[in-house]
Amino acid sequence: MSWEHEGAEDIKKHVRVYITVFAALATLTIVTVGISYLHLPTHLAIILALIVATVKGSLVACYFMHLISEKTVIYWILLACFVFFVVLMLLPTFTSPM
Amino acid sequence: MEMEIPYSIKPNPVTGIPNGKLGIWLFLASEVMLFGALFSTYVLLRVGADVWPHGYKLLNVPLGTVNTMVLISSSVTMVMAWASLKMNQFGKFRLYLGLTILLSFVFLIIKAFEYGHKFETGIYPATSTYFGIYFTLTGLHALHIICGIIVNSFLWITGRRLWQKEPGRLTNRIEYAGLYWHFVDLVWIFLFPVLYLL
Repeated sequence: MSWEHEGAEDIKKHVRVYITVFAALATLTIVTVGISYLHLPTHLAIILALIVATVKGSLVACYFMHLISEKTVIYWILLACFVFFVVLMLLPTFTSPM
Repeated sequence: MEMEIPYSIKPNPVTGIPNGKLGIWLFLASEVMLFGALFSTYVLLRVGADVWPHGYKLLNVPLGTVNTMVLISSSVTMVMAWASLKMNQFGKFRLYLGLTILLSFVFLIIKAFEYGHKFETGIYPATSTYFGIYFTLTGLHALHIICGIIVNSFLWITGRRLWQKEPGRLTNRIEYAGLYWHFVDLVWIFLFPVLYLL
């Protein structure tokens, strides 16, 4: 279902979702800062921080940016974007001396 | 002669979305590449370095946390501004968009305070590789915040006229400005742990 043709009643439901997402984002921010104070080994700290950031980022993308109910054309654009992004992220690992 | 922009409200039959929405998403995809290249640089620098400092020893984590909260809140007020227009509440829209702009300034002021403190203690981008990438990434992000403030302020000031003439166009403009703003928030969600916490 697209968000473009919804009435005021539907939007009111979304507002509740936005507030819930906000609470989740605030909680996860405190969680990630809390984890950093534990001074875990670097590898574990990086993995945990990236997991929390990915969850937070997904919440923003899915609900605030409405990606959870978007048109196919945008998913295709983002898929292409994602593929190139992964290549960008892997480049340093392929080129750095091990 | 004034020419009407096609598919600014109604979806384009080819894509199923208004042209503006396709435009903003293509722009955001290019932005992912811009920040992606710098994140990739960060990974390369970090993997290649013999030692890498802990961000929490060099930066002010409480200030960074506050700024994260400020930006998350501004994302909520932004989406609420759009929802208000959808519910035909122009007054609330003005309030929420105004709050978004205000929170953006709060973010910038805190960031400027952090930068100022670093400069006072003699820390510059040239100080170390870590600070080089820190200033580059946060500087580019701050530039995006400034652009967001300009766009949102323009919409806040000129919104009423467009609302009276073509409410659907204003609603869509706010949605696109919002998509950009949430993206800027999303980038910070990754910048904060990467630079401050690890």
